[in-house]
Amino acid sequence: MTDQITHIAKTIPIEHYIYLSAILFSIGVLGVLIRRNAIIIFMSIELMLNAATLLLTAFSTYRSDAAGQVFVFFIMVVAAAEVAVGLAIIVMIFRNIKSIDINLLNKLKW
Amino acid sequence: MKAIIILSALGLATMFVGVYNFKKALLPMILLGLLAVIGINTMEWNTNIHYYNDMLYFDNWAVSFTNLILAVSILVFLLSGQYFKKNTDHLEDNYSIIIFTIIGAILMVSYSNLAMLFIGIETLSISLYILAGSKKTSLASNEASLKYFLMGSFATGFLLFGIVLLYGASGTFHLHGIKDYVIENHASLPTIFYVGILLMMVGLAFKISIVPFHFWTADVYEGSPTLITAFMATVVKIAGFAAFLRLFFTCFSSITEHFVPILCILAVLTMFLGNITAVYQNNFKRMLAFSSISHAGYMLLAIIALKESSFIAILLYTAAYSVATITAFAVLLMIKAAHQENDSIDTFNGLAKRSPFMAFTLTIAMLSLAGIPITGGFFAKYYLFANTISAGYTWLVVLAVFNSAIGVYYYFKVIIAAYFKEGSEEKLSIFPAYQLVLIITAIATLLLGILPGLITEMM
Repeated sequence: MTDQITHIAKTIPIEHYIYLSAILFSIGVLGVLIRRNAIIIFMSIELMLNAATLLLTAFSTYRSDAAGQVFVFFIMVVAAAEVAVGLAIIVMIFRNIKSIDINLLNKLKW
Repeated sequence: MKAIIILSALGLATMFVGVYNFKKALLPMILLGLLAVIGINTMEWNTNIHYYNDMLYFDNWAVSFTNLILAVSILVFLLSGQYFKKNTDHLEDNYSIIIFTIIGAILMVSYSNLAMLFIGIETLSISLYILAGSKKTSLASNEASLKYFLMGSFATGFLLFGIVLLYGASGTFHLHGIKDYVIENHASLPTIFYVGILLMMVGLAFKISIVPFHFWTADVYEGSPTLITAFMATVVKIAGFAAFLRLFFTCFSSITEHFVPILCILAVLTMFLGNITAVYQNNFKRMLAFSSISHAGYMLLAIIALKESSFIAILLYTAAYSVATITAFAVLLMIKAAHQENDSIDTFNGLAKRSPFMAFTLTIAMLSLAGIPITGGFFAKYYLFANTISAGYTWLVVLAVFNSAIGVYYYFKVIIAAYFKEGSEEKLSIFPAYQLVLIITAIATLLLGILPGLITEMM
Protein backbone atom coordinates (compact mmCIF):
# COMPACT_ATOMS: atom_id res chain seq x y z
CA MET A 1 0.00 0.00 0.00
CA THR A 2 2.68 2.45 1.08
CA ASP A 3 4.82 1.44 -1.90
CA GLN A 4 1.87 2.14 -4.15
CA ILE A 5 1.40 5.63 -2.77
CA THR A 6 5.10 6.33 -3.11
CA HIS A 7 4.95 5.06 -6.65
CA ILE A 8 1.98 7.25 -7.54
CA ALA A 9 3.62 10.25 -5.94
CA LYS A 10 6.69 9.64 -8.03
CA THR A 11 4.76 9.64 -11.31
CA ILE A 12 4.66 13.41 -10.98
CA PRO A 13 8.15 14.84 -11.62
CA ILE A 14 9.86 16.50 -8.64
CA GLU A 15 10.04 19.83 -10.49
CA HIS A 16 6.27 20.15 -10.28
CA TYR A 17 6.38 19.85 -6.50
CA ILE A 18 9.11 22.48 -6.39
CA TYR A 19 7.09 24.87 -8.59
CA LEU A 20 3.93 24.32 -6.56
CA SER A 21 5.69 24.93 -3.28
CA ALA A 22 7.52 27.95 -4.64
CA ILE A 23 4.21 29.43 -5.81
CA LEU A 24 2.55 28.78 -2.44
CA PHE A 25 5.56 30.26 -0.67
CA SER A 26 5.46 33.37 -2.86
CA ILE A 27 1.74 33.82 -2.19
CA GLY A 28 2.56 33.66 1.51
CA VAL A 29 5.34 36.24 1.19
CA LEU A 30 3.11 38.56 -0.85
CA GLY A 31 0.34 38.17 1.72
CA VAL A 32 2.68 39.23 4.52
CA LEU A 33 3.87 42.24 2.57
CA ILE A 34 0.51 43.44 1.23
CA ARG A 35 -2.17 42.65 3.80
CA ARG A 36 -2.61 44.84 6.85
CA ASN A 37 -4.73 42.62 9.08
CA ALA A 38 -2.65 40.80 11.69
CA ILE A 39 -4.65 37.57 11.37
CA ILE A 40 -4.31 37.49 7.57
CA ILE A 41 -0.57 38.15 7.84
CA PHE A 42 -0.41 35.33 10.29
CA MET A 43 -2.26 33.02 7.90
CA SER A 44 0.16 33.96 5.12
CA ILE A 45 3.07 32.99 7.36
CA GLU A 46 1.42 29.63 7.96
CA LEU A 47 1.13 29.27 4.20
CA MET A 48 4.89 29.80 3.89
CA LEU A 49 5.58 27.14 6.52
CA ASN A 50 3.19 24.71 4.88
CA ALA A 51 4.75 25.26 1.46
CA ALA A 52 8.05 24.22 3.02
CA THR A 53 6.40 21.21 4.64
CA LEU A 54 4.88 20.07 1.37
CA LEU A 55 8.19 20.31 -0.45
CA LEU A 56 9.93 18.49 2.40
CA THR A 57 7.54 15.55 2.13
CA ALA A 58 7.97 15.47 -1.64
CA PHE A 59 11.77 15.38 -1.40
CA SER A 60 11.57 12.81 1.34
CA THR A 61 9.39 10.54 -0.80
CA TYR A 62 11.60 10.89 -3.84
CA ARG A 63 14.72 10.07 -1.92
CA SER A 64 13.04 7.31 0.15
CA ASP A 65 14.62 8.97 3.18
CA ALA A 66 12.62 9.24 6.39
CA ALA A 67 14.62 12.18 7.78
CA GLY A 68 12.58 14.70 5.81
CA GLN A 69 9.29 13.39 7.14
CA VAL A 70 10.58 13.41 10.69
CA PHE A 71 11.51 17.04 10.18
CA VAL A 72 7.88 17.70 9.23
CA PHE A 73 6.85 16.73 12.75
CA PHE A 74 9.28 19.27 14.16
CA ILE A 75 7.77 21.92 11.89
CA MET A 76 4.25 21.00 12.99
CA VAL A 77 5.15 21.28 16.67
CA VAL A 78 6.89 24.60 16.15
CA ALA A 79 4.05 25.96 14.01
CA ALA A 80 1.55 24.97 16.71
CA ALA A 81 3.61 26.74 19.38
CA GLU A 82 3.82 29.78 17.15
CA VAL A 83 0.07 29.81 16.63
CA ALA A 84 -0.52 29.64 20.37
CA VAL A 85 1.83 32.50 21.13
CA GLY A 86 0.84 34.55 18.09
CA LEU A 87 -2.89 34.40 18.74
CA ALA A 88 -2.29 35.29 22.38
CA ILE A 89 -0.33 38.37 21.29
CA ILE A 90 -3.04 39.36 18.83
CA VAL A 91 -5.72 38.97 21.52
CA MET A 92 -3.62 41.11 23.87
CA ILE A 93 -3.41 43.82 21.21
CA PHE A 94 -7.13 43.59 20.52
CA ARG A 95 -7.90 44.10 24.21
CA ASN A 96 -5.93 47.32 24.22
CA ILE A 97 -6.83 48.96 20.92
CA LYS A 98 -9.98 47.06 19.84
CA SER A 99 -8.53 46.41 16.40
CA ILE A 100 -5.96 44.20 14.75
CA ASP A 101 -5.08 46.47 11.85
CA ILE A 102 -1.31 46.83 12.05
CA ASN A 103 -1.48 50.34 10.56
CA LEU A 104 -2.97 51.49 13.87
CA LEU A 105 0.16 50.31 15.62
CA ASN A 106 2.19 53.43 15.06
CA LYS A 107 3.18 54.33 18.59
CA LEU A 108 6.69 53.27 17.70
CA LYS A 109 8.00 54.49 14.39
CA TRP A 110 7.65 51.53 12.03
CA MET B 1 24.87 19.06 26.24
CA LYS B 2 24.44 18.43 29.95
CA ALA B 3 23.93 22.18 30.13
CA ILE B 4 20.74 21.82 28.06
CA ILE B 5 19.31 19.06 30.27
CA ILE B 6 20.09 20.86 33.53
CA LEU B 7 18.73 24.14 32.23
CA SER B 8 15.50 22.45 31.13
CA ALA B 9 15.12 21.02 34.63
CA LEU B 10 15.92 24.42 36.09
CA GLY B 11 13.30 26.08 33.90
CA LEU B 12 10.63 23.59 34.98
CA ALA B 13 11.68 23.88 38.63
CA THR B 14 11.36 27.66 38.38
CA MET B 15 7.74 27.31 37.31
CA PHE B 16 6.95 24.97 40.21
CA VAL B 17 8.69 27.15 42.76
CA GLY B 18 6.34 29.87 41.59
CA VAL B 19 3.35 27.62 42.19
CA TYR B 20 4.43 26.86 45.75
CA ASN B 21 5.09 30.53 46.53
CA PHE B 22 8.78 30.54 47.35
CA LYS B 23 9.36 33.72 45.39
CA LYS B 24 12.26 34.82 47.57
CA ALA B 25 14.19 31.64 46.78
CA LEU B 26 13.66 32.00 43.05
CA LEU B 27 16.51 34.27 42.05
CA PRO B 28 19.25 32.67 44.21
CA MET B 29 18.21 29.26 42.90
CA ILE B 30 18.45 30.39 39.27
CA LEU B 31 21.79 32.14 39.79
CA LEU B 32 23.27 29.09 41.52
CA GLY B 33 21.85 26.88 38.80
CA LEU B 34 23.39 28.98 36.04
CA LEU B 35 26.78 29.05 37.80
CA ALA B 36 26.64 25.26 38.19
CA VAL B 37 25.78 24.90 34.51
CA ILE B 38 28.81 27.02 33.56
CA GLY B 39 31.01 24.69 35.64
CA ILE B 40 29.52 21.53 34.18
CA ASN B 41 29.67 22.93 30.68
CA THR B 42 33.34 23.84 31.07
CA MET B 43 34.08 20.20 31.88
CA GLU B 44 33.14 19.35 28.29
CA TRP B 45 36.13 21.38 27.08
CA ASN B 46 38.27 19.41 24.62
CA THR B 47 35.99 16.39 24.73
CA ASN B 48 34.36 17.04 21.31
CA ILE B 49 31.44 14.69 21.83
CA HIS B 50 28.69 14.12 19.25
CA TYR B 51 25.34 13.71 20.96
CA TYR B 52 22.12 12.07 19.74
CA ASN B 53 23.19 10.63 16.41
CA ASP B 54 25.28 13.68 15.63
CA MET B 55 22.41 16.09 16.20
CA LEU B 56 24.53 18.20 18.55
CA TYR B 57 28.27 18.57 18.49
CA PHE B 58 29.99 20.13 21.49
CA ASP B 59 33.36 21.28 20.21
CA ASN B 60 35.35 23.99 21.99
CA TRP B 61 33.53 26.71 20.08
CA ALA B 62 30.16 25.45 21.27
CA VAL B 63 31.44 25.25 24.85
CA SER B 64 32.89 28.75 24.83
CA PHE B 65 29.86 30.36 23.19
CA THR B 66 27.61 28.53 25.65
CA ASN B 67 29.64 29.87 28.55
CA LEU B 68 29.47 33.39 27.14
CA ILE B 69 25.68 33.13 26.79
CA LEU B 70 25.36 31.81 30.35
CA ALA B 71 27.61 34.53 31.76
CA VAL B 72 25.62 37.28 30.04
CA SER B 73 22.40 35.69 31.28
CA ILE B 74 23.71 35.73 34.84
CA LEU B 75 24.29 39.48 34.52
CA VAL B 76 20.75 39.93 33.20
CA PHE B 77 19.34 37.87 36.06
CA LEU B 78 21.30 39.97 38.58
CA LEU B 79 19.59 43.04 37.14
CA SER B 80 16.17 41.37 37.14
CA GLY B 81 15.73 41.12 40.92
CA GLN B 82 15.23 44.84 41.28
CA TYR B 83 13.47 45.22 37.96
CA PHE B 84 10.65 42.82 38.79
CA LYS B 85 10.32 44.00 42.39
CA LYS B 86 7.25 46.13 41.71
CA ASN B 87 5.52 43.60 39.51
CA THR B 88 5.80 40.07 40.86
CA ASP B 89 2.60 38.69 39.32
CA HIS B 90 4.23 36.52 36.70
CA LEU B 91 7.73 36.51 38.05
CA GLU B 92 8.29 32.76 37.78
CA ASP B 93 6.89 32.68 34.25
CA ASN B 94 9.17 35.46 33.13
CA TYR B 95 12.17 33.74 34.69
CA SER B 96 11.42 30.32 33.26
CA ILE B 97 10.83 31.76 29.79
CA ILE B 98 14.20 33.52 29.98
CA ILE B 99 15.78 30.19 30.90
CA PHE B 100 14.08 28.48 27.94
CA THR B 101 15.40 31.24 25.72
CA ILE B 102 18.90 30.41 26.91
CA ILE B 103 18.32 26.76 25.97
CA GLY B 104 17.36 27.85 22.46
CA ALA B 105 20.52 29.93 22.25
CA ILE B 106 22.66 26.98 23.38
CA LEU B 107 21.09 24.76 20.72
CA MET B 108 21.93 27.42 18.14
CA VAL B 109 25.62 27.43 19.04
CA SER B 110 26.01 23.64 19.24
CA TYR B 111 23.91 22.20 16.42
CA SER B 112 25.34 19.91 13.81
CA ASN B 113 22.04 19.13 12.15
CA LEU B 114 19.77 21.68 10.49
CA ALA B 115 16.82 20.30 12.46
CA MET B 116 18.51 21.41 15.67
CA LEU B 117 19.27 24.82 14.18
CA PHE B 118 15.58 25.20 13.39
CA ILE B 119 14.46 24.05 16.83
CA GLY B 120 17.03 26.28 18.53
CA ILE B 121 16.05 29.39 16.61
CA GLU B 122 12.38 28.74 17.25
CA THR B 123 12.83 28.05 20.97
CA LEU B 124 14.76 31.29 21.24
CA SER B 125 12.35 33.34 19.13
CA ILE B 126 9.03 32.09 20.48
CA SER B 127 10.20 32.70 24.04
CA LEU B 128 11.32 36.19 23.08
CA TYR B 129 7.98 37.02 21.44
CA ILE B 130 6.38 36.38 24.81
CA LEU B 131 9.03 38.28 26.75
CA ALA B 132 8.81 41.30 24.44
CA GLY B 133 5.12 41.56 25.25
CA SER B 134 5.48 40.80 28.95
CA LYS B 135 4.28 44.30 29.94
CA LYS B 136 0.74 43.40 29.03
CA THR B 137 -0.88 46.78 29.58
CA SER B 138 1.78 48.87 27.86
CA LEU B 139 0.84 49.55 24.28
CA ALA B 140 4.46 49.98 23.22
CA SER B 141 5.30 46.55 24.59
CA ASN B 142 2.30 45.01 22.82
CA GLU B 143 3.31 46.60 19.59
CA ALA B 144 6.92 45.50 19.92
CA SER B 145 5.76 41.97 20.63
CA LEU B 146 3.49 41.83 17.58
CA LYS B 147 6.09 43.32 15.26
CA TYR B 148 8.76 40.97 16.54
CA PHE B 149 6.39 38.06 16.21
CA LEU B 150 5.29 38.81 12.65
CA MET B 151 8.77 39.62 11.40
CA GLY B 152 10.35 36.72 13.28
CA SER B 153 7.95 34.12 11.92
CA PHE B 154 8.29 35.64 8.44
CA ALA B 155 12.05 35.08 8.76
CA THR B 156 11.45 31.56 10.01
CA GLY B 157 9.53 30.85 6.82
CA PHE B 158 12.54 31.83 4.73
CA LEU B 159 14.94 29.87 6.89
CA LEU B 160 12.76 26.80 6.70
CA PHE B 161 12.35 26.95 2.93
CA GLY B 162 16.11 27.33 2.68
CA ILE B 163 16.66 24.25 4.83
CA VAL B 164 14.19 22.29 2.70
CA LEU B 165 15.93 23.24 -0.55
CA LEU B 166 19.33 22.29 0.88
CA TYR B 167 17.84 18.96 1.88
CA GLY B 168 16.33 18.52 -1.56
CA ALA B 169 19.69 19.03 -3.20
CA SER B 170 21.95 17.17 -0.79
CA GLY B 171 19.58 14.62 0.77
CA THR B 172 20.74 15.21 4.32
CA PHE B 173 20.29 17.61 7.22
CA HIS B 174 23.69 16.91 8.73
CA LEU B 175 26.21 19.70 8.39
CA HIS B 176 28.99 17.29 7.54
CA GLY B 177 26.79 15.49 5.03
CA ILE B 178 26.10 18.79 3.29
CA LYS B 179 29.81 19.64 3.39
CA ASP B 180 30.70 16.33 1.72
CA TYR B 181 27.99 16.90 -0.86
CA VAL B 182 29.34 20.36 -1.66
CA ILE B 183 32.89 19.07 -2.05
CA GLU B 184 31.84 16.14 -4.26
CA ASN B 185 29.59 18.17 -6.56
CA HIS B 186 31.65 21.31 -6.50
CA ALA B 187 31.26 22.01 -10.22
CA SER B 188 27.64 21.04 -10.73
CA LEU B 189 25.58 22.22 -7.80
CA PRO B 190 21.89 22.50 -8.73
CA THR B 191 20.10 25.87 -8.71
CA ILE B 192 17.91 24.90 -5.76
CA PHE B 193 21.05 24.53 -3.64
CA TYR B 194 22.08 28.13 -4.30
CA VAL B 195 18.54 29.36 -3.71
CA GLY B 196 18.61 27.39 -0.46
CA ILE B 197 21.81 29.12 0.69
CA LEU B 198 20.29 32.49 -0.21
CA LEU B 199 17.05 31.84 1.68
CA MET B 200 18.90 30.61 4.78
CA MET B 201 21.02 33.73 4.61
CA VAL B 202 17.86 35.87 4.53
CA GLY B 203 16.38 33.98 7.48
CA LEU B 204 19.49 34.31 9.60
CA ALA B 205 20.04 37.94 8.56
CA PHE B 206 16.60 38.75 9.95
CA LYS B 207 17.54 37.30 13.33
CA ILE B 208 20.81 39.23 13.61
CA SER B 209 19.29 42.36 12.01
CA ILE B 210 21.40 42.83 8.92
CA VAL B 211 20.25 45.58 6.53
CA PRO B 212 17.81 45.33 4.64
CA PHE B 213 16.20 42.99 7.17
CA HIS B 214 16.78 45.28 10.14
CA PHE B 215 13.64 47.42 10.20
CA TRP B 216 12.04 45.64 13.13
CA THR B 217 15.06 46.09 15.42
CA ALA B 218 14.65 49.67 16.59
CA ASP B 219 10.91 49.34 17.22
CA VAL B 220 11.25 46.10 19.11
CA TYR B 221 14.19 47.32 21.19
CA GLU B 222 12.37 50.51 22.05
CA GLY B 223 9.04 48.94 22.89
CA SER B 224 10.14 45.90 24.86
CA PRO B 225 10.70 46.11 28.62
CA THR B 226 14.24 47.48 29.08
CA LEU B 227 15.58 44.39 30.82
CA ILE B 228 14.31 42.18 28.03
CA THR B 229 15.87 44.53 25.48
CA ALA B 230 19.21 44.08 27.24
CA PHE B 231 18.77 40.32 27.06
CA MET B 232 17.67 40.42 23.43
CA ALA B 233 20.43 42.74 22.28
CA THR B 234 23.12 40.46 23.71
CA VAL B 235 22.10 36.80 23.78
CA VAL B 236 20.33 36.81 20.41
CA LYS B 237 23.31 38.46 18.73
CA ILE B 238 25.76 35.96 20.24
CA ALA B 239 23.67 32.95 19.31
CA GLY B 240 22.73 34.28 15.90
CA PHE B 241 26.28 34.99 14.82
CA ALA B 242 27.62 31.74 16.23
CA ALA B 243 24.93 29.85 14.31
CA PHE B 244 25.55 31.81 11.10
CA LEU B 245 29.29 31.23 11.25
CA ARG B 246 28.95 27.56 12.19
CA LEU B 247 26.69 26.87 9.23
CA PHE B 248 28.71 28.76 6.64
CA PHE B 249 32.12 27.70 7.91
CA THR B 250 31.24 24.01 8.10
CA CYS B 251 29.16 23.64 4.96
CA PHE B 252 29.94 26.30 2.42
CA SER B 253 33.58 27.28 2.95
CA SER B 254 34.57 25.66 -0.35
CA ILE B 255 32.10 27.69 -2.46
CA THR B 256 32.63 31.14 -0.97
CA GLU B 257 32.65 32.85 -4.39
CA HIS B 258 28.88 32.37 -4.66
CA PHE B 259 27.73 34.18 -1.55
CA VAL B 260 30.60 36.32 -0.25
CA PRO B 261 29.93 39.18 -2.73
CA ILE B 262 26.34 39.39 -1.41
CA LEU B 263 27.58 39.38 2.18
CA CYS B 264 30.07 42.15 1.35
CA ILE B 265 27.28 44.38 0.02
CA LEU B 266 25.10 43.60 3.05
CA ALA B 267 27.97 44.36 5.44
CA VAL B 268 28.66 47.75 3.85
CA LEU B 269 24.95 48.67 3.84
CA THR B 270 24.55 47.51 7.44
CA MET B 271 27.51 49.48 8.74
CA PHE B 272 26.57 52.72 6.98
CA LEU B 273 22.86 52.58 7.64
CA GLY B 274 23.28 51.54 11.27
CA ASN B 275 25.82 54.22 12.09
CA ILE B 276 24.27 57.08 10.17
CA THR B 277 20.78 56.42 11.56
CA ALA B 278 22.18 56.08 15.09
CA VAL B 279 23.62 59.60 14.83
CA TYR B 280 20.10 61.04 14.50
CA GLN B 281 18.53 59.17 17.43
CA ASN B 282 17.53 60.93 20.61
CA ASN B 283 16.09 57.89 22.31
CA PHE B 284 18.86 55.92 24.04
CA LYS B 285 17.24 52.54 23.42
CA ARG B 286 16.79 53.32 19.73
CA MET B 287 20.37 54.54 19.54
CA LEU B 288 21.57 51.28 21.03
CA ALA B 289 19.36 49.41 18.57
CA PHE B 290 21.01 51.10 15.60
CA SER B 291 24.41 50.69 17.21
CA SER B 292 23.64 46.97 17.50
CA ILE B 293 22.83 46.97 13.78
CA SER B 294 26.15 48.61 12.97
CA HIS B 295 27.99 46.13 15.19
CA ALA B 296 26.23 43.35 13.30
CA GLY B 297 27.76 44.89 10.18
CA TYR B 298 31.27 44.70 11.65
CA MET B 299 30.73 41.14 12.81
CA LEU B 300 29.59 40.17 9.34
CA LEU B 301 33.21 40.80 8.27
CA ALA B 302 34.21 37.73 10.29
CA ILE B 303 31.76 35.62 8.33
CA ILE B 304 33.03 37.10 5.06
CA ALA B 305 36.60 36.14 6.03
CA LEU B 306 35.28 32.63 6.88
CA LYS B 307 38.37 31.16 8.55
CA GLU B 308 38.96 29.18 11.73
CA SER B 309 40.07 32.41 13.43
CA SER B 310 36.70 34.00 12.59
CA PHE B 311 35.32 32.09 15.57
CA ILE B 312 37.74 33.84 17.92
CA ALA B 313 36.90 37.16 16.28
CA ILE B 314 33.17 36.62 16.78
CA LEU B 315 33.67 35.32 20.33
CA LEU B 316 35.78 38.32 21.35
CA TYR B 317 33.54 40.80 19.59
CA THR B 318 30.28 39.47 20.98
CA ALA B 319 31.83 39.29 24.45
CA ALA B 320 33.03 42.90 24.36
CA TYR B 321 29.80 44.11 22.77
CA SER B 322 27.53 42.22 25.20
CA VAL B 323 29.36 43.36 28.30
CA ALA B 324 29.28 47.00 27.19
CA THR B 325 25.63 46.81 26.17
CA ILE B 326 24.64 45.28 29.51
CA THR B 327 26.42 48.17 31.29
CA ALA B 328 24.57 50.73 29.21
CA PHE B 329 21.22 49.13 29.92
CA ALA B 330 22.01 48.70 33.62
CA VAL B 331 22.74 52.43 33.96
CA LEU B 332 19.58 53.28 32.01
CA LEU B 333 17.51 50.97 34.23
CA MET B 334 19.00 52.52 37.35
CA ILE B 335 18.17 56.06 36.23
CA LYS B 336 14.67 55.02 35.21
CA ALA B 337 14.11 53.28 38.55
CA ALA B 338 14.77 56.58 40.28
CA HIS B 339 12.61 58.77 38.09
CA GLN B 340 10.33 56.98 35.66
CA GLU B 341 11.70 59.32 33.03
CA ASN B 342 11.74 58.68 29.33
CA ASP B 343 14.51 56.84 27.49
CA SER B 344 15.94 59.95 25.85
CA ILE B 345 19.68 60.63 25.98
CA ASP B 346 18.92 63.74 28.05
CA THR B 347 18.22 61.50 31.05
CA PHE B 348 21.99 61.11 31.32
CA ASN B 349 22.50 64.85 31.73
CA GLY B 350 24.58 65.62 34.78
CA LEU B 351 25.05 61.95 35.64
CA ALA B 352 28.67 62.58 36.67
CA LYS B 353 27.49 64.74 39.55
CA ARG B 354 24.59 62.52 40.51
CA SER B 355 26.57 59.30 40.59
CA PRO B 356 30.25 59.43 39.58
CA PHE B 357 30.52 55.66 39.70
CA MET B 358 27.74 55.09 37.19
CA ALA B 359 29.04 57.83 34.92
CA PHE B 360 32.46 56.19 34.97
CA THR B 361 31.21 52.70 34.13
CA LEU B 362 28.96 54.13 31.42
CA THR B 363 31.98 55.89 29.95
CA ILE B 364 33.98 52.67 29.87
CA ALA B 365 31.08 50.94 28.14
CA MET B 366 30.67 53.69 25.54
CA LEU B 367 34.43 53.77 24.88
CA SER B 368 34.35 50.02 24.42
CA LEU B 369 31.45 50.22 21.98
CA ALA B 370 33.22 52.99 20.08
CA GLY B 371 36.42 50.91 19.99
CA ILE B 372 38.82 53.19 21.90
CA PRO B 373 42.08 51.52 23.10
CA ILE B 374 42.51 49.67 26.38
CA THR B 375 38.86 48.63 26.32
CA GLY B 376 37.63 45.26 25.13
CA GLY B 377 35.87 46.80 22.17
CA PHE B 378 39.12 48.09 20.75
CA PHE B 379 40.93 44.78 20.81
CA ALA B 380 37.89 42.91 19.51
CA LYS B 381 37.65 45.31 16.59
CA TYR B 382 41.37 45.12 15.97
CA TYR B 383 41.32 41.33 15.90
CA LEU B 384 38.25 41.27 13.67
CA PHE B 385 39.72 43.74 11.19
CA ALA B 386 43.13 42.04 11.14
CA ASN B 387 41.37 38.75 10.48
CA THR B 388 39.45 40.29 7.59
CA ILE B 389 42.57 41.91 6.08
CA SER B 390 44.45 38.62 6.15
CA ALA B 391 41.56 37.11 4.16
CA GLY B 392 42.12 39.83 1.54
CA TYR B 393 39.22 42.25 2.06
CA THR B 394 41.20 45.40 2.82
CA TRP B 395 38.64 47.71 1.17
CA LEU B 396 35.93 46.43 3.50
CA VAL B 397 38.11 47.12 6.53
CA VAL B 398 38.78 50.67 5.31
CA LEU B 399 35.03 51.26 5.15
CA ALA B 400 34.59 49.65 8.57
CA VAL B 401 37.23 51.89 10.17
CA PHE B 402 35.56 54.91 8.60
CA ASN B 403 32.29 53.75 10.15
CA SER B 404 33.86 53.30 13.56
CA ALA B 405 34.80 56.96 13.35
CA ILE B 406 31.14 57.87 12.79
CA GLY B 407 30.30 55.63 15.75
CA VAL B 408 32.58 57.64 18.04
CA TYR B 409 30.33 60.67 17.49
CA TYR B 410 27.15 59.22 18.91
CA TYR B 411 28.77 57.23 21.69
CA PHE B 412 30.51 60.39 22.86
CA LYS B 413 27.18 62.20 22.81
CA VAL B 414 26.23 60.06 25.82
CA ILE B 415 29.53 60.70 27.61
CA ILE B 416 29.20 64.46 26.97
CA ALA B 417 25.66 64.39 28.34
CA ALA B 418 26.90 62.63 31.47
CA TYR B 419 29.86 64.91 32.16
CA PHE B 420 29.31 68.32 30.61
CA LYS B 421 25.57 68.95 30.57
CA GLU B 422 23.53 70.33 33.43
CA GLY B 423 20.83 68.06 34.74
CA SER B 424 19.05 67.42 37.97
CA GLU B 425 21.35 67.65 40.98
CA GLU B 426 19.63 64.96 43.00
CA LYS B 427 21.99 62.19 44.06
CA LEU B 428 21.29 58.74 42.68
CA SER B 429 21.50 55.81 45.04
CA ILE B 430 22.47 52.55 43.41
CA PHE B 431 21.11 49.10 44.21
CA PRO B 432 23.78 46.61 45.39
CA ALA B 433 22.96 44.13 42.60
CA TYR B 434 23.40 46.84 39.97
CA GLN B 435 26.63 47.94 41.55
CA LEU B 436 27.89 44.36 41.36
CA VAL B 437 26.90 44.09 37.69
CA LEU B 438 28.54 47.40 36.83
CA ILE B 439 31.76 46.42 38.62
CA ILE B 440 31.86 43.04 36.88
CA THR B 441 31.21 44.52 33.45
CA ALA B 442 33.73 47.33 33.89
CA ILE B 443 36.43 44.88 34.99
CA ALA B 444 35.54 42.49 32.17
CA THR B 445 35.70 45.27 29.59
CA LEU B 446 39.12 46.41 30.78
CA LEU B 447 40.42 42.84 31.11
CA LEU B 448 39.36 42.03 27.55
CA GLY B 449 41.22 45.13 26.41
CA ILE B 450 44.41 44.73 28.45
CA LEU B 451 44.77 40.96 28.53
CA PRO B 452 42.92 39.69 25.46
CA GLY B 453 45.38 36.78 25.45
CA LEU B 454 43.18 35.18 28.11
CA ILE B 455 40.74 34.29 25.34
CA THR B 456 42.86 34.15 22.22
CA GLU B 457 45.55 31.88 23.72
CA MET B 458 42.99 29.51 25.14
CA MET B 459 41.62 28.55 21.74
